[in-house]
Amino acid sequence: MTNRSSLSAILLFLFFSASSAQHNVRTERISGSAGDVLEDNPVGKLKVYVYELPSKYNKKLLQKDPRCLTHMFAAEIFMHRFLLSSPVRTLNPDEADWFYSPIYPTCDLTPTGLPLPFKSPRMMRSAIQLISSNWPYWNKTEGADHFFVVPHDFGACFHYQEEKAIERGILPLLKRATLVQTFGQRNHVCLDQGSITIPPFAPPQKMQAHLIPPDVPRSIFVYFRGLFYDVNNDPEGGYYARGARAAVWENFKNNPLFDISTDHPTTYYEDMQRSIFCLCPLGWAPWSPRLVEAVVFGCIPVIIADDIVLPFADAIPWEEIGVFVAEKDVPELDTILTSIPTEVILRKQRLLANPSMKQAMLFPQPAQPGDAFHQILNGLARKLPHDGSVYLKAGEKVLNWTAGPVGDLKPW
Amino acid sequence: MKLSALHQSYLNRRRSPLDSSADASSKSFLAVFWLVLHCLCCLISLLLGFRFSRLVFFFLVSTPSSTNLYSPPFRPDLPPPRTDLNPHNATAVEAKTSSSSSRVVVGRHGILIRPWPHPDPVEVMKAHRIIERVQREQKAVFGSGGKSSRAVIAVTPTYARTFQALHLNGVMHSLMLAPYDVVWIVVEAGGASNETASIIAKSGVRTIHVGFDQRMPNTWEDRGKVEVLMRLRALRVVKEEKLDGVVMFADDSNMHSMEFFDEIQNVKWFGAVSVGILAHSGNAEEMVMSMDKRREMEKEESSSLSSLPVQGPACNATDKLIGWHVFNTLPYAGKSAVYIDDVAAVLPQKLEWCGFVLNSRILWDEAESKPEWVKEFGLLNENEGVESPLSLLNDPSMVEPLGSCGRQVLLWWLRVEARADSKFPPGWVIDPPLEITVAAKRTPWPDVPPEPPTKKKDQMSLSQGNNVVVIPKQQQQQQQQRSSKVRKPKRRSKRNKHEAKPTDTTTQVSSSTKHHQERN
Repeated sequence: MTNRSSLSAILLFLFFSASSAQHNVRTERISGSAGDVLEDNPVGKLKVYVYELPSKYNKKLLQKDPRCLTHMFAAEIFMHRFLLSSPVRTLNPDEADWFYSPIYPTCDLTPTGLPLPFKSPRMMRSAIQLISSNWPYWNKTEGADHFFVVPHDFGACFHYQEEKAIERGILPLLKRATLVQTFGQRNHVCLDQGSITIPPFAPPQKMQAHLIPPDVPRSIFVYFRGLFYDVNNDPEGGYYARGARAAVWENFKNNPLFDISTDHPTTYYEDMQRSIFCLCPLGWAPWSPRLVEAVVFGCIPVIIADDIVLPFADAIPWEEIGVFVAEKDVPELDTILTSIPTEVILRKQRLLANPSMKQAMLFPQPAQPGDAFHQILNGLARKLPHDGSVYLKAGEKVLNWTAGPVGDLKPW
Repeated sequence: MKLSALHQSYLNRRRSPLDSSADASSKSFLAVFWLVLHCLCCLISLLLGFRFSRLVFFFLVSTPSSTNLYSPPFRPDLPPPRTDLNPHNATAVEAKTSSSSSRVVVGRHGILIRPWPHPDPVEVMKAHRIIERVQREQKAVFGSGGKSSRAVIAVTPTYARTFQALHLNGVMHSLMLAPYDVVWIVVEAGGASNETASIIAKSGVRTIHVGFDQRMPNTWEDRGKVEVLMRLRALRVVKEEKLDGVVMFADDSNMHSMEFFDEIQNVKWFGAVSVGILAHSGNAEEMVMSMDKRREMEKEESSSLSSLPVQGPACNATDKLIGWHVFNTLPYAGKSAVYIDDVAAVLPQKLEWCGFVLNSRILWDEAESKPEWVKEFGLLNENEGVESPLSLLNDPSMVEPLGSCGRQVLLWWLRVEARADSKFPPGWVIDPPLEITVAAKRTPWPDVPPEPPTKKKDQMSLSQGNNVVVIPKQQQQQQQQRSSKVRKPKRRSKRNKHEAKPTDTTTQVSSSTKHHQERN
C-alpha cells in the first residue's frame, strides 16, 4: 500500500517536473529489489584496476577478425574500452576494489561468424597463470575480487551445447571470481551465485536509426521473427528451445493476432515498434537480443524460458515489465495474453517508456550515464565491501589448478 | 558427422550382400528382399513421421556404453540415485535435492499442441479491445504533442422542426467522436422542449439545454438575427458557469471534420478558421445553372477569389492576418432564398459565427489575463446589433488564423430545412404503424402473389394526423398541395435494388483462416 502511494506521489512529482521538459511522456519510475538503482552513479563507489595483458589476449584477436565488434558477444570488447577511459579506473592496484583482465574469449569466429569456444578455457587459464605470476593480487584472494566478462552462450562453461556445457561446468579457476555473463538460469551449473547478468550486445546506432514516431498506433498484437525449428541440428524438433518455439508455431500459425514467421523483413525494427507484445522465447540458450530490442522499442517482452535470470535482475523488476509464460503453458498463450488487464498493460508500457530502462539495456559508444556499462559497475559496487573471508592467508590454496578436462591444461 | 557415417555404413551393408553373392537366383532374391524391407521401412517412417532407419542403425552401430535411447532426459544436476539410503533419511535428502535442483531438464521435449489450435473469437475480441485501448492511450500521450487538451464548448442554436433530428444527430456524432471533453450548450428557440431533450440525451457528453423565449421566424434574415441572440445567450451561460475551454459554434446543420477539433486546441484567445460554404439550392436545375454561370464568370474574369465558396481569414505571405475571405453573393443576386421553404440558394452572412472560436476566458468577468483588445462581454449590448463575433473585440486584427492560416477548410456550412409547415411524427416514432401498405410488384419471395392491387396517389387521401409521413420532395411540382401524402418507398426501392434472382440466404461460414491468410 505504502509502495503504491509513494509510487503515485513520485509519479505526480515526475509529471509536474517533467512538464517543463520537452518530451512529456508519461513514464514510471523503475525500482527493483535493490531499489531505485538504475540511475545511480558508480563513480566514487568503486575502483577498478585493469591488468596490462599482452595483446595476444585482446587486440590481436580483434585484428584477426573485426566481426567481433558487431556480433552479440561484443560486450567484452566494449567493456574493456569503457574501463580504460572511465573515472572508476585506478592505476594503483593497491587501492583497487575490483580487478579486470581484458581477455576476449569469444573472439574466435568460424567463417559464418559463430564463435568457437574450444580454445577459450585454455586462453583463460593461460591469462590467469600470467596474472597470478606477475601480480600478487590474484593469490591474495584466489580471484575473489576479480571479474571477467564471459558473454558466450553458457557463460564460463565455454560450450555452445548445453549438455556439454553442463558436463564441463564453470571453469574451475573462475570459481571464486565474479562472472559478468549474458547467460542466466536459476539452479544451473553455469550460473554462479554472485554473477552479474548483462544484456547481449545490440548495436545502438542501428536501432536508433529505425525509430518511428511514437504516435504511430500499435496495431500488431503479438510479434515474432525467428526460427521455430532448427532443421540443421534438430530436424524432428523437441530439442531446439525445448520444443517451445515449435509449440508456438503449431498452435498459433493460424491466429491472426500472432504475426509470427521465419522470414526477417527489412522493417523488423519498425514492426516491433508497431506491436504490443514481442515474443522472446528461448533458443539453444535461454537469452537472446530480442529482449533488448523489445525494451528499446517499447514492445512488452513475453519471455518463454523457464527459470531464466534476466539482465540486472536485482535492479530491474522484470516481473512488472515483461510477461513470463511457462513453457508448458505455451498452447494457452493467447488466453494468457488477452486476459491481462488493460491497466497492467498500460503500466508495463509506461515502465518500458522510461528512458533509463532503455539506456540500461544498451552499450552505446561512447558510454552514457545509466547505460549497461554503468549498471555493471553498479552491480559490482553493490557487492562491496568484500567479505573478510575472501582474503586468504599466505600460502593457502583453494583452487584446483589441474581440474577439468585434459585438453584444457594445454598451454595457449 | 555421426549421421553421415551411419549413412555410409548403411550403403556399404546394402551393397555387400549384392556383391558377394554369386548365385543369380539368390542375388535376385536378396534384391527383392531388400526392396521389400526398404518399402516396409519407408511405410513405417511415413507413419512415425521421421526417418526410422536412423534409429535402427543407431541400435546396431552404437556401442553399449553410449547413450541408451530410452534413458530419461539428461539431468546432470541431480546426484546419482543412491540405493543405500535409510528410509528416514530419504525424505531429508529428497528435500535437499528438490530445493537445489532445477525443474528444467535438457533433452528432447514434446511439442505441446492443444487439441484445437485455432483462434477463439472471444479472445480475438478481447485482444482487439486491448489494442484499441492502447492506441487511445498512445493518442492521448503522444497525439497532440502531449499538451494537456482543453475542453470543447459547443454552442448550438436549434428549434424543434422536421429536420432537427437529422441535423442535431450529425452534430452530436461529431462531438461524441471528438477525443476531448465536450460541453454542449444547446439553446432552443421556443423554449426547451422534450423532443430536443430526448435527442441530446443520447449524446453521452455533458449537455446544457437552455430555452430561449422567442420563436424562430420564417425568413432567413430574421432567423440569423435570432440565432445571434441565442448564441449570445449561450455565451452568457459560459460566463456565469465559468466554463473553461475553447468555445466553438456548432450550428446544427453544419458538418465538422475531426481535424477541426484538433486544430482549435491551438487557439490562444480568438481564432478564425476557413468555412466551406455549401450554398445549396433547393432546385437541382437551378443549382446546375448557377454552377455553369459560375464557370462562365470564372473564364471571363479569371479571378480565383470570386467563386471560392470559402469564408475565412486571409493571410499574406508571412502568414499574418490581413483580411477576410467572404462569400461572393453576386451570382446569387436576387435569386437567394428569403423564406425557409424557398427553392433557392440559402446564403450565409458576411462572416458566419461558426468560423470563429474563442477561449472561454474572454467571456469571464475578472480581467485575469484577458488581453486589452477584448471587449468586456458583460457590458455588451445585444440590441445594438451584433452581427459577427468580431463585435466582441476592440481590435479585430488580433484574431489568430487557424488551419495553416486558413488554407485548410475544416468545416462546412449548409442550410437545409423542410417546409415550415411540414409534419413529421413526434420523435420520429411511427406508432401505431401505418395502415396503408403496398406490396411490391416484384419480390424475391416466390410465395407473394405477383400482381398487387394498384393504388394511385390521389386515391389515398387520408389525413389521419399523426399516422402519416410527409417528406417534401425536391421535384415537387404542386406547391399548393397541402394534404398529406403517403410515400411508397417499397416499390421504388425494390425496383432499383432487387433486380433478378433470389439471393442465396444460406451463407457459408468461411473459416477465419482464409480471411487472414494474407496477413502472414
